[in-house]
Amino acid sequence: MKVPSSVVPYIQVAPLALILLVFFGIPLVTVIVVSFFDYVNFQTVPAFLLYNYEEVFSSNLTVTLYLTMLKFSVIVWLITLFIGFWVSYFLVFHVQSLLWKIFFFLVCTVPFWTSNIIRMISWIPVLGRNGLVNQTLMNLGLIDEPYDFLLFSDFSVIVAYVHLFTLFMVVTLFNAMARIDPAILEAAVDAGASRWQVITQVVIPLSKTGIALGSIFVVTLVMGDFFVVKIMSGGQSSSAVYAMWNEISMLQYPSAAASAVILLMVVVLMVVAILRIVDVRKELSG
Amino acid sequence: MAQHRKRPWTFYALASFFTLFVLFLYGPMLAIYILSFQGPTGGLTFPMNGVSLYWFTALFEQQRTGDFAGSFTRSILLALLVMICTVTFSVMAGLAFRRRFFGSTAIFYMAVASLVMPGLFLSLGIGLIFRVIDVPTNWYASALGAQLTWTLPFGLLIMFAVLSRFSRSYEEAARDLGASNRQTLQYVVLPILFPGLIAVALFGFTLSYDEFPRTLLTVGPGNTLPLEIYAMTTTVTSPALYALGTVTTVVSFVAIILSLGSIAIIQWRRGVRFRK
Repeated sequence: MKVPSSVVPYIQVAPLALILLVFFGIPLVTVIVVSFFDYVNFQTVPAFLLYNYEEVFSSNLTVTLYLTMLKFSVIVWLITLFIGFWVSYFLVFHVQSLLWKIFFFLVCTVPFWTSNIIRMISWIPVLGRNGLVNQTLMNLGLIDEPYDFLLFSDFSVIVAYVHLFTLFMVVTLFNAMARIDPAILEAAVDAGASRWQVITQVVIPLSKTGIALGSIFVVTLVMGDFFVVKIMSGGQSSSAVYAMWNEISMLQYPSAAASAVILLMVVVLMVVAILRIVDVRKELSG
Repeated sequence: MAQHRKRPWTFYALASFFTLFVLFLYGPMLAIYILSFQGPTGGLTFPMNGVSLYWFTALFEQQRTGDFAGSFTRSILLALLVMICTVTFSVMAGLAFRRRFFGSTAIFYMAVASLVMPGLFLSLGIGLIFRVIDVPTNWYASALGAQLTWTLPFGLLIMFAVLSRFSRSYEEAARDLGASNRQTLQYVVLPILFPGLIAVALFGFTLSYDEFPRTLLTVGPGNTLPLEIYAMTTTVTSPALYALGTVTTVVSFVAIILSLGSIAIIQWRRGVRFRK
């Protein structure tokens, strides 16, 4: 049996496309449809109502939740971008041996392959009231009372996010920078550019794609976060996703679906905004 | 080339920055690995009250810390399933994407969208579908599908990177020598791509093994390990939590070492010497 070669790509891509269609496409549509449904006595009833959205939009809680999450994503984005940029810059342009480069890069990526929850929890014995940081500061005589703001606060939430998500910036920026031809940098230096000018006028523009992809990862991961805010803030703040989870556990599927759709729209807007600044697909293929 | 040139001050500044970053990355994790060996009277913070394996054995007493053994087995099996599916399907799709075909852009965007989708959104959607068709959710069906929406796009992107360095002339040479399509795939393409496949497998396994929001509403009656750990964070206030963390990390590290080790061995055997 001979398969015509024009059909081959379709056969090859079919399993992936089918799985994404069944487990991504259909659920997406289902949630959107259900967000217009009614619920009576814990039963979901098919309908076409805007009530669920009105409910979400009219609640002050929603606004606070989203503002909190936006605040966290912007702060975390700035910090991870700063760390990711300099770590990648160091690895790509300063570490000269390829073997060391690969080794250091792997050192940065190994935590990515371990449990997020465990990595998050690992801050508790470090930042807690009797944690390592407070103990050290007290032993050094720098403070008399342990700091309370270190754990279960906005501070610990940001630390945990940065700890979990910086890898995405490092990996994408490392990739982008590794593609830059070193000859271009030498040309810039020969043309009289200072070290700083090389960075701002050559390296940054050429790693735009990496910055954009890393930003998309970090921003969507923070916005889609379930447990970091909840646990690391000690229950003081909550994430948009966690609020959705509360509605689900009360079996209010339609209103949970409406929250999910709004969350998705916010995330999509953020991604579109990033893509408007940098055309990732053009840069990847070009 | 720049070997003998004096290193600029920025090298030392950035090297210190990098060292601090690595400390930040690994320091807290080391803390909980050490703390998991607390003595039986030890608490959640330093100092250590003796050294013991007490909290590791406590893991296996069901009523104390939930169903550790069950969720552990389930997680490993699920991760293996996800790994096999991810490798097979994303390699196939990666090969397909080497040419433009009708719908390729749509599928690419669907994969990217699936990657950045808030996990609980999908979890909710899949959960609802299984309610509608009246099939109970289960880890080997609904959770498997849910996790694949996260691992397949990753696998596909890695395959893009791997295939961008793969020259088509190898395939053409094989065909010119009379190899059939299957032979070309089996004896030429797959062996060359093999290190890349291991990388995809590593991602498939570890991403599934640690997955949380997509699994939450799709896993059915039995928990996976991350769900179990999450439940423990609110109920267990003993170093048993850290012991569990140490155990799961050991599994992740075994996966990492096996895959990276085999990639290194293959590359070394192929005589790819590192330049400089």
